Formats: sequence, C-alpha cells, structure tokens
Amino acid sequence: MAAPLVLGILVAVTVRAVLYRSSLAGFISERVEVASPLNAWKRVVEGLALLDLGVSPYSGDVFHETPLIIYLFHFLIEYSELVFMITDVLTAVALYLAVQDFNKVVFKKQKLLIELDRYASDVAELIRTPMEMHYIPLKVALFYLLNPYTVMSCVAKSTCAINNTVIAFFILATIKGSTLLSAIFLSIATYQSLYPLTLFAPALLYLLQRQFIPVKLKSKDFWLYTTQYAALYLCSLVVIVCLSFFLLNSWDFIPSVYGFILSVPDLTPNIGLFWYFFAEMFEHFSLFFVCVFQINVFFYTIPLAVKLKEHPIFFLFIQLAIISIFKSYPTVGDVALYMAFLPLWSHLYRFLRNIFILSCVLIVCSLLFPVLWHLWIYAGSANSNFYYAITLTFNVGQILLISDYFYAFLRREYYLTHGLYLTRKDGTEAMLVLK
Amino acid sequence: PHWVSGPEAEVQRMAWAVAAVLGLLLLLGSPGGCGGSPGPPRDSLREELLLSPLPSGDIAATFQFRARWDSELHREGVSHYRLFPKALGQLISKYLVRELHLSLTQGFWRTRTWGQPYLQAPAGAELWVWFQDSVTDVDKAWKELSNILSGIFCASLNFIDSTNTVTPTASFKPLGLANVTDHHLLRYAVLPREIVCTENLTPWKKLLPCSSKAGLAVLLKAERLFHTSYHSQAVHIRPICRDASCLSVSWELRQTLTVVFDTFSIGQGKRDWSLFKMFSRTVTEACPLASESKIYVDISSKTQENELLEVTPPPLSVHEASVQGDRRTYAVYDLLSPLLFNVSRSLNVQLKWKRPQDSLDLSTPVLHAQRYVSGYGLQTGEISTLIYNTHPYRAFPVILLETVPWYLRLYVHTLVITTKGKENKPSYIHYQPAQDRRRPHLLEMLIQLPANSVTKITIQFERALLKWTEYTPDPNHGFYVSPSVLSALVPSVLAMKAEDAEKSPLFTSLFPSADGSSYFVRLYTEPLLVNLPTPDFSMPYNVICLTCTVVAVCYGSFYNLLTRTFHVEEPSRGGLAKRLANIIRKVRGVPPL
Repeated sequence: MAAPLVLGILVAVTVRAVLYRSSLAGFISERVEVASPLNAWKRVVEGLALLDLGVSPYSGDVFHETPLIIYLFHFLIEYSELVFMITDVLTAVALYLAVQDFNKVVFKKQKLLIELDRYASDVAELIRTPMEMHYIPLKVALFYLLNPYTVMSCVAKSTCAINNTVIAFFILATIKGSTLLSAIFLSIATYQSLYPLTLFAPALLYLLQRQFIPVKLKSKDFWLYTTQYAALYLCSLVVIVCLSFFLLNSWDFIPSVYGFILSVPDLTPNIGLFWYFFAEMFEHFSLFFVCVFQINVFFYTIPLAVKLKEHPIFFLFIQLAIISIFKSYPTVGDVALYMAFLPLWSHLYRFLRNIFILSCVLIVCSLLFPVLWHLWIYAGSANSNFYYAITLTFNVGQILLISDYFYAFLRREYYLTHGLYLTRKDGTEAMLVLK
Repeated sequence: PHWVSGPEAEVQRMAWAVAAVLGLLLLLGSPGGCGGSPGPPRDSLREELLLSPLPSGDIAATFQFRARWDSELHREGVSHYRLFPKALGQLISKYLVRELHLSLTQGFWRTRTWGQPYLQAPAGAELWVWFQDSVTDVDKAWKELSNILSGIFCASLNFIDSTNTVTPTASFKPLGLANVTDHHLLRYAVLPREIVCTENLTPWKKLLPCSSKAGLAVLLKAERLFHTSYHSQAVHIRPICRDASCLSVSWELRQTLTVVFDTFSIGQGKRDWSLFKMFSRTVTEACPLASESKIYVDISSKTQENELLEVTPPPLSVHEASVQGDRRTYAVYDLLSPLLFNVSRSLNVQLKWKRPQDSLDLSTPVLHAQRYVSGYGLQTGEISTLIYNTHPYRAFPVILLETVPWYLRLYVHTLVITTKGKENKPSYIHYQPAQDRRRPHLLEMLIQLPANSVTKITIQFERALLKWTEYTPDPNHGFYVSPSVLSALVPSVLAMKAEDAEKSPLFTSLFPSADGSSYFVRLYTEPLLVNLPTPDFSMPYNVICLTCTVVAVCYGSFYNLLTRTFHVEEPSRGGLAKRLANIIRKVRGVPPL
C-alpha cells in the first residue's frame, strides 16, 4: 500500500521540479487564480525585502502574511521551492493517513449498525466493502498531489499550500483522536487564514463521537469536553498570537492580516465572488454587503452541525468547500483541498444528479479563466464582465457540486434506513421527494 | 474742593477730547505705523526679466518679482501691509509657515535640448511647505493651507490629501533661513493632472504691487503666455537674513514666471526675437514702487571671437556671472536709469542672429534624466528612470525622489539600479510603502553617478483594480504619476566666486550654493501616464443582482437540504387543472383521470 503512494509522491515531485525549471513557472505565478493578494509569493519576498530595509512589512498594503510566515521564510527563503514541495507531500501523506484511519472507523461503525439491525433489509448494494474502500486513501492523496490546481499552486509558491498542510494535519489529528494536537493545528489554521475557525464544530463533533460522548445539551460530559477543547483551542491561539507579537514587537499584523481578510480592500480579480461585487458596489452600502458576504462562511456552520452531527467528517468536507467558495481571496489551492476529499465519497456516486455537467462546467471554467483574462488585460478585446462571468459560473458550479454531494449523502442515509426499493401503498415504485 | 460745573466745564471737556483725537491722528499718520521718526522703507520690490536664447533656437523668458519685507510676520501682530500681499502674509502668520513653494506649470522643460533651467517645476501643480516647529498638527495645517491656496490661486489644490502628500527626508531642504530641519514639518505634494490657464495667472498677477499696470508685468498678457510650449508660474516665500550679521529675519516673496516661446522649433518663424514679437507689448516704464527693475539678455557664446547675437538697442551695461558652472554674459537694461527712455519712449529689446547657424550646438547639460513606463497589458509594469551624468571626469551623488500613487503597487525587491552594466547600490534608501486609499509610495535614494555614465533605475509595479467611484471621469485616459525629483550638487567646471545675494541678479540667487566648486540643481522628470484595468461602469446593478443570485442559489439549495427531509411521494389529489379536467370528464361521463 505504501509503494504506490511513494510512487505517486515521486511523480508529483518530478512534475513540480520540472515546472519550476520551465518557463511556465513565471507565467503561473502571475496568474490571479493561483496567487491572491493574501498569499502571493511575490508579496512574501516583498515583505522580507521591506524587513531588510528596516521598514515594518505591515506598514504598507502589500504584505498580508502572518509573522509566522516571515519567521519561516526568513530562514528558508533560499529553499522555498523545496519547502513548497515538502508541504504538498506532507499534506498528501497526512490526508492519506487520516483517510485510512477514517475508513476503519466507518467500517467498524457500519458493522456495528448491521449487527444492531439498523439498516433496512434490501440495502446490500449500499453496504461498503473493504475491497472498495482499500484504495480510497491512495486516491485521496493522489487527488491532492496530482490535481493541476495543487500543482499550479505549488509552482506559484502560493502560501495557500502551507495553510492546506496545517488543515490536513488538523484533520489527521482530529481523526486520530488527539484533542490537544487537533486544537493546536486548528488554532494555527485559524491564525493563518481566519476562516478555519468554522472547522471547530465538525472537529468537536468528531472528537465527541470518538469518545462516545453523546451530543446532548443536558449532558455534563458534553459540556466538559467542549469546554476543554475550546479552552485548548483558545489558549494555543493566544499563545501563537502573542508569539507573533514578540516576533515583530507590534500588533500591526492584526489589522494588516485579519482586517485585510475581513474588510476586502484589495479588489484584484480572483476566482471568488467578492472582487467585482465590491468594485461595483455603491459606497454607502459597502460595509453592509461586506458583512453580508463574510457571514456566508459562518452562517451555514450551526445548521450543518445540527443536520450532520452523526457525520462530522462529511460536515468538515462541506465546510471546507463553503470556506473556499465564500472566502474573500480564494485561490485554486483552496479548491484543491476540498476536491481531494471527493474520492472519499465515491460511494455517493450513484446518487449524484449532475456530476457530469458540473465536472464539465468546472473544467471548462478552469480553461476559460486564462483565456478571458488574456482578452481583458492583454488583448483589450474583452472587458471585465467576461472574466466576472466566468468566476460566477465557476462558483455556481462549485455550489451545485457541493449541494449535489450533500443531497446524495442525505439520500443514501435515507435509503440505508428505509430500504433501497421503496414502494407506494398501491405497490408501484415510489418517488423520493424532499419535503 | 471746588467743582467746575455748568457751561465752563462743558467747554473744558470738549477741549480735552479734541486734543486727544488730534494726538491720535498724529500718531496714526506717522510713517511706518509706529514711533515718530520716519525710518527707511521696511519693504522693497525688485523686478527682473531674463531672456535667454535656448540651444534649440527657442527663447525662454523668466520673470522674477521679489518683495522683501523686514518684518517678523510670526512675532508681531502685523496688520499693515504695503508691498507684501496681505492674503499671503496672513496665511503665513496663521498657519505658522516657515517656507512655502507653489508652482503651476503647463508643459515640460526639455532639459536635454533646452539646457539646465534656472528654476524647473514639474508639470501640473507642486506645493511644498515647511512649517514652524510650534505647529502641533502639521497634517491639519497642511490640509487647511492647501485649501486656502486653492482659493487664492484658483487651482485644484484642494485635491491635495493624504493620498498624494509625502514627507521626503532628504530631497527638499529649506531654501531660506532655517534652524530646524526636522523633516516631519515638511509636506510635499504634486498634482500632475492640474491644467494651468488664465484663471491661475490672474490671481498671481494681482499679488504684484503694480499688478499688470506698470513695469515688467505689462508684458504678462495671457493670450501670449499660454501660446507657448512651457509655462510655469511660481510663488516662493521664505525667511532670509535681514543683513549680513543675520540677527533678524526678513520675509521674501518671489513670484517667478517662465515661458518658452517655440515658434522657431515648430517652424513658424525666424530665430530673431523681440519683446514685441513675444509679448505683443513693449516696456515703457519701471514699476514706480520697484527699487530695481532690470532686463537681462543672455548674450554669452561659446566662442568668444565671433559673437553670434546682436542685441538692439545697445545695452547700457554688461553683467558677467558664473551661473550653473558656466561663465555667462548678460546685456543689462536698467529700467530705472533715465538714459534708457531718452531716445524712445518704449523699450523693445531685439535679438538678431548675425549669421544663420547651420548646426545647432546642442551642448548637453551635465545632469539630465528621463523616465518611462514599460511592459504591456494591464496587470504589471515597470518604471524605468535613466539618469545621465555627462561630466567628463567628475562623479557626484544625486538624490532621487519617487512618489507613486497607491494604485500602482510597487515591489521594492524588484528595484534594480545599474550603471555601466554593473549594479549600483544606493548609499541611502528611504522607502515608505503605500497604504490603500491612504498614502502613496515614497522612495528616496542617494545614488552615486560615475563620470560620463548613464544610470538606469527600474522598479516593477502591479496595477490595482479600483472601486468604480474611484476612477476619474475619463478612466481610459489613464492615471498620472507625478514626476520624480532629482536633487544634486553638480560640480562646476569653473570656480564660482560667492556673490552677495542682495546684489546679484535674482535668477542666480534662489538656491544657496554650498561652495564655489559646485552648484545645486533640481530636476523633474516627465510625469507618467499609466492605464489601469477598469470595471464596466454601466452595470453596477447587474453585478449586484447576479452576484447576489449566486449567493442565493447557495442559500436556497442548502436551505432545502437542511430543513427538509426525504419522503416517499404520496399520490396527490392533483392540481387545479386536473380537478377541472375531472369535472369536465364527469359531465362528459368519462372515467376521471
């Protein structure tokens, strides 16, 4: 099992090494889809250059990385290519191990439910087998490593890859059941890009499930554990933030990183929904709509937690996708992270409604991004609306893909308990509807 | 005690009152406004016109009007103004201004073909002010001051705000008497988009004591002045030493105006010039208030033996001076001299070239520079500045100041300075990165220019997409980037002897020269015009609707999945159409659907 993974890693590293040496590297790192103002490598270099000039990197509006990144690349700037290849490999390995462990848990749980006779009698087709689940960890790792989005992100040296690694480690720690490590990695992820804050809920649900603590508001154990996890999370967050303070001896990074994420002042085009909307927004409604758009990431967390409290990892996947759609400066690196989880839900394939159309939409959009960018920025024969249209389509594609997976998941759960072949009272085949 | 009462007392009181009023009147009437004895006049006016033929065949005319006032504007509650304009005097005392320099310029001084200017100014409006150290809130004073100046000079100086104001650390030192050089008291701003026109000239002329009624100012006819390729008018206010001992301060207001007539270059005329041809006026008298009124004509030639220029009427005297490292000869017409207007009632200075010059000797100035934007597309670009040092054997340092608006995001790690193919490390670098919508980039460097070299400075930038309301009314015209400023002490070929500032002509005495071996030059490069990517201005509503629709699609589908559960479809009684159809079927006697 490890041999194919090593082979995959070798292929991925070779591809990246070749691209670093090719003339494409410059082209890719300039792409707005790959490098946003928040994580572009050019800006990291600029921040370090400012530091060398004796100017605080946060005194201007070019550098928006956290002090930890400064500290990391202060020493590793010479080996940056290596660092980004290693982070990608680490992410893939972490995802591999996490999914391997998660599969075991899923299988055990399934076995338990069958023994308890919770499933309907005719759902044999839906029961997952070890054969089918065997290659899923490998598929997840390779889906991440060989995804063109990840490759481009790595070649452009977007620090998004580092955030992905932190999130992957957080997922690994959560699935392995380590409360402390999970809290620490979650706080690092939050510190890096703020939005992973919402992953607190699925992680907590999963850890509770692992400890066999029922999610009941009246249960004492539930509150005890929640407080413990939250305290660990907050403490490590405070420690990291204070550490950052002592690194540069100023709080300037708070408005420059988190203020920048939340208030969206930089309207450089990207694949998200924010840039054109706020470029065209009427000034006096700006603040209102910034709030409305930012709330989207946090808005779905509680209802999802209620609906998916038995399936925290699926919840985590949905939440990751929501972050990557609604964050203020999304890049394809964020998309790659949640897409790596798609093989994990391959058993939902038979219930997906529009997977073919949606994959086509996403692929076509990805190909059209550079084309329309060129027409607008270089050829001058198109205008901003063309690029905007393609970002809209891309986001609609992502939204429909995620809601399709969500639908399929709920439907499979329904079939598992109610039987696959439903009949009406009069004996004819029944239709399943959402009501 | 005996009290005076009745009509006698009334008369006595009247007499006292009359005496008091008379005394008061006498006091007020005394010259100078204080004391009894009439002292020397405390303010003086000098006016001067310098005509200098340029190497390209054009001619530059530089007017300078200097009002000097031996008064401490800050200390005394001054209310009586004579030659010094009251509007500016009050401004200085209210905002505690130490030095003020304002210029409004149309066109660009082509240093390469026109030679070193006496006083260059950047295209558009430039304002720099040193405040007194007693000013607590410099930014507030600066804002108010620029607004008031905007009113006085009818210029858009009110557009000066934090996004185009910088505080240079080395480029702009006080020109006058100063014991404070803390650069936090300095503010500098350029509005490269500002267009200068008659409406700016009129208020400028009104500040002159003789207005445009008498003296050299009669030549300032707007329709001629703006029919030129370069027009620059400026106001410089600074404190200077009252006398050689420099124990007290006088205030100096210099109003300068430079125009370049270029009818020769554009092929519409000959190289011969006269005051009448240029200004369609002649000079008939000096300004009666002026203590000195002179016209200088630059008649120096490279080769001494054959003089190329002939000036009529013959000058009464000739002045020799070393200006900008070069020995120059000037024909001088003193308008206050009674001899001048003896022959004819008006003075029309004429220049004639003795023989047509075939090859124009373009002696390139020691220091000149050019700047351009390179790159294609609307995503990134590069600003390149070329600085030439044509001095055959002397190297000298130059301070370069770049102010770049925030929407061109400079990347200082891409800064490359090369001279003769080698990297040239600046010995001093001050960089202040921009903040979006708050302040511009400021880059100040001290660069050593080797002898006979070209130094190329390049820096890359990224173009920002702005909010649709932040674009100018004609967004595809582009955005102006203010010129970069070069300040240098250029070594001179000749040794210059220090001259008394009060005696020497005005055009040589604005910049203090440190010693005889070098002279100060401040040059401005071309302003740049940079295009930015633009959103579609016609569809804010569409964008708001479409984006919100996408958000609603997400909300809708998630809401559906979160709040509803799966159910087996129950056979329904059917919709309205089915029921209607069944009623009809019943009537017809057919079994219902």
